[in-house]
Amino acid sequence: MKKILLYSVLLIFGLVAPFLFPAFKLQISFLWILIILAMTWDVQGGQMGYNTFGNILFFGIGMYLCAGIQIGMFFPLAEWTVSGGEKTFVHTPTQYFQGFFVGLVAAGIIPAIVAGLIGYGILGLRGHYFAICTLALGIAAGEIAGGIELIGAGQGMTSPPWPKNIGDTELRSEFFYYICFVLMIATFVFLRWAYTTRFGLVLNAIRDNEDKAEAMGIYTMRYKIIGWVVSAFFVGMAGGLMGNMVGYIEPTEVAFAGPTFGVFMILMAILGGKGTLWGPVIGATVFHLFKEGFWTFFLGWQYVALGVLIVVIVVFFPEGIMGWLREKYPEKFGEVIDEADRKAQVELK
Amino acid sequence: MNKLIKFILTFVSAIALILTSTSISFAKVVGDKIILGAAVSLTGKYSTNGKHTQNGYNMAVERINSMGGVKVGGKTYKFDIIYYDDESNSGRAAQLAERLIKQDGVQYMLGPYSSGLTKAMAPVTEENKIPMVEANGASRSLFTKGYKYLFAVLSPANQYLEVAIDLAVEKNGGPVDIAMAFEQDAFSQDVRLGIVDAAKRTGSKIIIDDKLPKELNDMAATLAKVKATKPDVLVVSGHSKGALTAIRQISEMKVDVPMLAMTHCDASKLAKQHGKNSEYALCAAQWHKELTYSDDFFGNGIKFDKDFNALYGYAPPYQAAESAAALLVYKDAFERANSTDKEKVRDALAKTDMETFYGNVKFGDGGQNTAKPMVLFQVRCEGDTCANKLVAPTKWASHKLVHPIPSWSSR
Amino acid sequence: MPPKFIGGIFFTNFMDLLIFKAPILMVQASMDGILLGILFALIAYGMALQWGVMNIINIAQGELVIMGGYVAYFMYVIGIHPAFGVIVSPIIMYFVGVGLYKLVINKVVDRDLFISILATFGISILTQQLMNFIFGADVVVAQSNFGTTMLFDNSVTLPNSKIFSALVSVIVAIVLVIYMKKSKLGRAIRATAQNSRAAKILGVDTEKVYAATFGINAALCGVAGSLIAITFTLHPYVGLPYTVRSFMIVIVAGLGNLPAVAISGMGLGVFEEFADYLLGTEFRIGAVFLLLVLILVYRRFKLSRKREYLK
Repeated sequence: MKKILLYSVLLIFGLVAPFLFPAFKLQISFLWILIILAMTWDVQGGQMGYNTFGNILFFGIGMYLCAGIQIGMFFPLAEWTVSGGEKTFVHTPTQYFQGFFVGLVAAGIIPAIVAGLIGYGILGLRGHYFAICTLALGIAAGEIAGGIELIGAGQGMTSPPWPKNIGDTELRSEFFYYICFVLMIATFVFLRWAYTTRFGLVLNAIRDNEDKAEAMGIYTMRYKIIGWVVSAFFVGMAGGLMGNMVGYIEPTEVAFAGPTFGVFMILMAILGGKGTLWGPVIGATVFHLFKEGFWTFFLGWQYVALGVLIVVIVVFFPEGIMGWLREKYPEKFGEVIDEADRKAQVELK
Repeated sequence: MNKLIKFILTFVSAIALILTSTSISFAKVVGDKIILGAAVSLTGKYSTNGKHTQNGYNMAVERINSMGGVKVGGKTYKFDIIYYDDESNSGRAAQLAERLIKQDGVQYMLGPYSSGLTKAMAPVTEENKIPMVEANGASRSLFTKGYKYLFAVLSPANQYLEVAIDLAVEKNGGPVDIAMAFEQDAFSQDVRLGIVDAAKRTGSKIIIDDKLPKELNDMAATLAKVKATKPDVLVVSGHSKGALTAIRQISEMKVDVPMLAMTHCDASKLAKQHGKNSEYALCAAQWHKELTYSDDFFGNGIKFDKDFNALYGYAPPYQAAESAAALLVYKDAFERANSTDKEKVRDALAKTDMETFYGNVKFGDGGQNTAKPMVLFQVRCEGDTCANKLVAPTKWASHKLVHPIPSWSSR
Repeated sequence: MPPKFIGGIFFTNFMDLLIFKAPILMVQASMDGILLGILFALIAYGMALQWGVMNIINIAQGELVIMGGYVAYFMYVIGIHPAFGVIVSPIIMYFVGVGLYKLVINKVVDRDLFISILATFGISILTQQLMNFIFGADVVVAQSNFGTTMLFDNSVTLPNSKIFSALVSVIVAIVLVIYMKKSKLGRAIRATAQNSRAAKILGVDTEKVYAATFGINAALCGVAGSLIAITFTLHPYVGLPYTVRSFMIVIVAGLGNLPAVAISGMGLGVFEEFADYLLGTEFRIGAVFLLLVLILVYRRFKLSRKREYLK
């Protein structure tokens, strides 16, 4: 009962926020995106124990794909991007929305396919080799995208502008806000369900001891790939949305933004508590608040503050907020503790 | 699950509280201050020029405010600027633009440093119908989109080194062979387009067309190719880092070219850092202190240079000068509009036609400045001190262009 | 008309320049690559050292390098020849390293490797902004005035500063190897790397060893930084490429193997230069990273035949 109350409150909050806080629509939309990034990272990082630096690969692919299709469906893409975007074409509202939805769907499906294809090779690596390999993938993708003329190379690509004369500027923010919100809810609901199935159990088994899981007869590779495909799907769409919200796609800074979003998704999940359902959500929210707060109040020093925060989180709270709560009130999480086991139970991995 | 639910609910209400209590002042005007919003790169790879930009803005605000402020509707106002750090990141810049407009209620914007960041912010200001006067985004693609709210004080990027190519063709008595290396960002690539156009126009050939490695500062590969193919002109544009690296490696590898044309020589303090090695480099600039433009606030270029130096301890590169000019343009527009209504200000901006110490300002249809030519200077040394000497346009030239550059073996 | 992407890779007009018209360029590329690679190998060795001994991946490695570079630059500004930075910088950076260790690193040593990545990432962004504040945002260079060596009738030029860098790197590497083999601290470090528990039981003060290791790493970065000050440029935000390349070299070379680090360093340096010539500069870095991915995946497939995996 309490749970339903909780969910409804949050849902209502999400739905009416644009009207309560009209000035913060974009900020909160970014928050929804960050939550998606954190949750999907957690599928690999928290639930499966595979710390990935490379989910940003799907983010960037989704971003370029969505924008590319939005334009390419109606106009020659090469001309749009040539000379850094000198030529402009104007979309009619129907064209814009058609392109947008087709692009968004593609931004989900294609990265998922990519994940499926490269998963067999990459997911065979373990531990920090996996982390490094995915890191290299992310960086390579950014650099290579910066060399491809069709999508603007180093000069980047602008996403199609919002069609004129179909309502005021608020409509655009609201439109993207709700799409982000819906995507976030979809991701959350899907993952929540997925974790209750065998899939979720297998992921945890892989995290706890992959060899034993294999020995038990579980075909771990299949589940690892499925996990990556799922993440890629949602992250790709998030990328497509982000590209449209920001309006200007730059290969290494916006699309394949490894040192920013790529690392942030990990930090957020850890901050909130990796391996839990709510952890990434809480982590993303807290992180976003802090970051925006630092940006406003510590101008010129925001990265010093952020760096200190990261060090503090990582050193003192590696189990995150959820982990800390779990430690304090294990009974509330459904765990029965023998006093002697209490310490052992919450020991850090 | 009780505690968890309680926790989450308190959390959510806390957020709600923070959001509502943050002051959302629709601050276009607060008291006697006209508030402008600005993005500058205080951190990240553009921090060097972000600082120049900010210093330019600040000096102008101080000067205007101290000299009678802005007179609108019978009242006197002072300028004030809200700054945010775009971290040299385009995504951030776009976010920041939205934030300034939506959360801080800013109604007039000043531009960021670099074309890339301006390109990220322009759609936002345009969509929200907020006028933006920018001084550091020179990409031609900014001015072909029909933006009504964007106004650029500087000359478009493609014009930067076109003059150099024309000069080279003139000195060579015919088309030239061009080698070029550009960084992979919006600005440098636009300069490249200008060269490509100039080449087409003069029938010159481009024999090397390289992109500079984005992060690692090493262009030995390009220079080796240059040595092997012996072009007439070498063009390099890669912001401050590119300029410094180019001179260093050209002098180390003893690359001889008749003409070396670059950008960002003054912003990188090239003459000071590399001394004699930078001699004879030809640099594009939006402004030089020896130009004879003047206005009532800063006097002429030499005076601006002196005052800036006194205030900040170094000679102002053109980035600082053009940033200062942006404020002059705003003041003029506010007074002509005689209103703080952003639409009226926007209309007034569109009709700008004025002289500043930086140059003449008149905006074309897409927002670009159509009244100001680029200038070229060449680094010349007397003994061990090297400085930038104006060589083109000839109207203001204090020195004659040295062409071809004497070979390394004779220096 | 094939998309320019493919055109850029396969039909670049410099392939024929390289192979037919001016094969001497290959010599230039190789020498540039080797000299560059040796310098990176130095940084990589520091990275490998702390990874092997303390199980830490230091993302702030590049920032330590830049800091070391600023020390040399500072010397240059006050009139001392920056080449002496290779002596002064490591001394200063050693203490910076030890200080950093005692402040933060000692809390992440015994933990998951991944935690160290994140913690040092936090340190790196923090340091970048601090350096921006302390040293200013200008891109700076230090002048060594070492001149240039010309070979092959002036078609291959090697800046003496790069040759100097390579020499210094080699000397430092040799000194380090000898130190590790012969000195008490060196032996203690190697013992701790092999088995920290056993070392502790046998009386080695692991805390001291860890601090010293991190300090030595910082010192190595200091040397590298001084060399970079005279060969390239310095800026608070250009540390990342050095981190990333040293990282790659260690992955390819494996831990605890100095000759392998040196060779991988040079190999990657040469590969990068050739990639620049053949594929175009815009794909230079992308090519190097793809290579890393391929190497790792190749290794994984080889091991999986034996039903093992990369540890």
